[in-house]
Amino acid sequence: MHSVEIRDLDLSFGAVEVLKGLNLNIEDGEFLVLLGSSGCGKSTLLNCIAGLLEVTDGQIFIKDRNVTWEEPSDRGIGMVFQSYALYPQMTVEGNLSFGLKNARMSRDEIAKRVARAAEILQIEPLLKRKPAALSGGQRQRVAIGRALVRDADVFLFDEPLSNLDAKLRADLRVEIKRLHQQLKNTIIYVTHDQVEALTLADRIAVMKGGQIQQLASPTEIYNRPGNRYVADFVGSPAMNFIDGMLIEDRFEMQDQVLSVAGYPFAKTPGGPATLGIRPEHIETGAAAEALPFHTDVPVEVIEPMGSDTLAWTRFADKAFRVRLDGQTDIRPGDQLKIGIDMAKASFFDAETEVRL
Amino acid sequence: MVDLTSSRSLDGPRGPKPKRSFSRANIFLYGTLIVVSVYYLLPLYVMVVTSLKGMPEIRTGNIFSPPLEITFQPWVKAWAQACTGINCDGLSRGFGNSVKILIPSVVLSIAIASINGYALARWRFKGSEVFFSILIVGAFIPYQTMLYPLVIILREIGLMGDLGGLVLVHTIFGMPILTLLFRNYFASIPEDLHKAARVDGAGFWSIYFRIMLPMSLPIFVVAIILQVTGIWNDFLFGVIYTKPETYPMTVQLNNIVNSVQGVKEYNVNMAATLLTGLVPLIIYFVSGKLFVRGIAAGAVKG
Repeated sequence: MHSVEIRDLDLSFGAVEVLKGLNLNIEDGEFLVLLGSSGCGKSTLLNCIAGLLEVTDGQIFIKDRNVTWEEPSDRGIGMVFQSYALYPQMTVEGNLSFGLKNARMSRDEIAKRVARAAEILQIEPLLKRKPAALSGGQRQRVAIGRALVRDADVFLFDEPLSNLDAKLRADLRVEIKRLHQQLKNTIIYVTHDQVEALTLADRIAVMKGGQIQQLASPTEIYNRPGNRYVADFVGSPAMNFIDGMLIEDRFEMQDQVLSVAGYPFAKTPGGPATLGIRPEHIETGAAAEALPFHTDVPVEVIEPMGSDTLAWTRFADKAFRVRLDGQTDIRPGDQLKIGIDMAKASFFDAETEVRL
Repeated sequence: MVDLTSSRSLDGPRGPKPKRSFSRANIFLYGTLIVVSVYYLLPLYVMVVTSLKGMPEIRTGNIFSPPLEITFQPWVKAWAQACTGINCDGLSRGFGNSVKILIPSVVLSIAIASINGYALARWRFKGSEVFFSILIVGAFIPYQTMLYPLVIILREIGLMGDLGGLVLVHTIFGMPILTLLFRNYFASIPEDLHKAARVDGAGFWSIYFRIMLPMSLPIFVVAIILQVTGIWNDFLFGVIYTKPETYPMTVQLNNIVNSVQGVKEYNVNMAATLLTGLVPLIIYFVSGKLFVRGIAAGAVKG
């Protein structure tokens, strides 16, 4: 059974098409992340699922029930917003119970659910406080609690961690994951942060221009990006791209020729293509010499980041990032021996930008 | 070497920069403020002083001199005995009428305008922008063009000369500016809050009463001040759409002050004017702070 199913969804504001013929199936208990840069339609899609935006065409099913015309409160969803959106004049308890009161639930049931949510999120001491007297992290917890008390089938998170500082974000990220493992609800989570996407998701849907570019597990997205956009967007520091020509079993670049033996092509290659290789997948030193292709490149800039060091080098006359161990002793002007492993590289068609 | 650096840092400027209290900017600023205050307060002083004098003392001529003998007789006369036409019960009748006009007009106009503004800001419907534009244009049409058509409309529905008719007129004419005020205020309340309430199952009225209203005290205060002063000070509609028994206080004041028969009783006129101006004055004093807060809050987003 699909938990959420989206069929041929279109949404346009006047002449602007935000979502175009979008299809998406989300399994029961799955953690799905919608990832994309701002303006890609990911929040719009979430608002459509929530029923906060009227769709132009298409259908939405939640738990096999067609909810396309249903009110947000009747869809069996709970939603967490980026700006927390807590009701400022109500206490935490009032915030948690507002939706239940609207549903005309009995007092005992409300008290029971609020107590349970407060226990899970460890916000019991805060119940009598107003949102203004809470810190950012506490507010976000209350916002999650408001979704929790509804006992919803599907939780929708709209960039819930974007307003928090880096450390708190990392803490809450783990907590959301723990919460998901504990409750096993379906979660649809919108973010522009690829780290959040990679760490949290069962599957990631990378979006661009209102369409899903690739829908796959984090490992698949990271290791075998479906097209050049996905490859470029996911991963930090970003992937290196080098344009060239695929001729039989060789890849010819500016001033280098590379054997492509060992690369799992989907179909027989040929013609202009782009080689993509992640900075952390480039071997250096002795390991590089063991690979069929290795060469020396000049180091231009060094960015030490503690745990590792990013070296900006020049390869095939293009800036080329190489990720080194943080303890490597290297200076600008040095020569660095690099090796490229075909098994970890990606090739994209130069024109369609699709993975070869 | 070490000594040199330390002595240099000791001599130099340190801590907050000293401020001169008699700088040129300060003199200019306070000078302007004082002159402006005198300009506005002097007439008020003359009014208060004159209203506390007897007629013989006024005839001696110096309008700035404080009263030698303080008398409250002019105030009593203005409130209870001054004549307008055939009625000689003073301003008290006008005061009663004004209150009867003011309270329903203020409550009605604010209730309707706040719901208008909320609907226009948060529940966009087809043509809501057009509707809003038309409403705003209404604020710029001179009242004079609508006076006579309104007379006919009120006559046809049987409210001409009735207090109810005047309440209706005030409610309608308050609508554009108040709707604009409320719409802008509600638009500045984060949209996520509205969305969260919808997910929580709250409908149009529930969101309005439970979420929006408790957050909008400042803008309600602004609206109340605008309406109370506007309606209380209104003369034009009052004189046109009522009859002598239902004249509001402003119209009655005019009739007292401008009466051509007999001696001009300046002290009574001054007292009557002060009495009429008392309501807006009190409103401003009581709610000045909230007024500024509300204006500032409503002005942020357009």
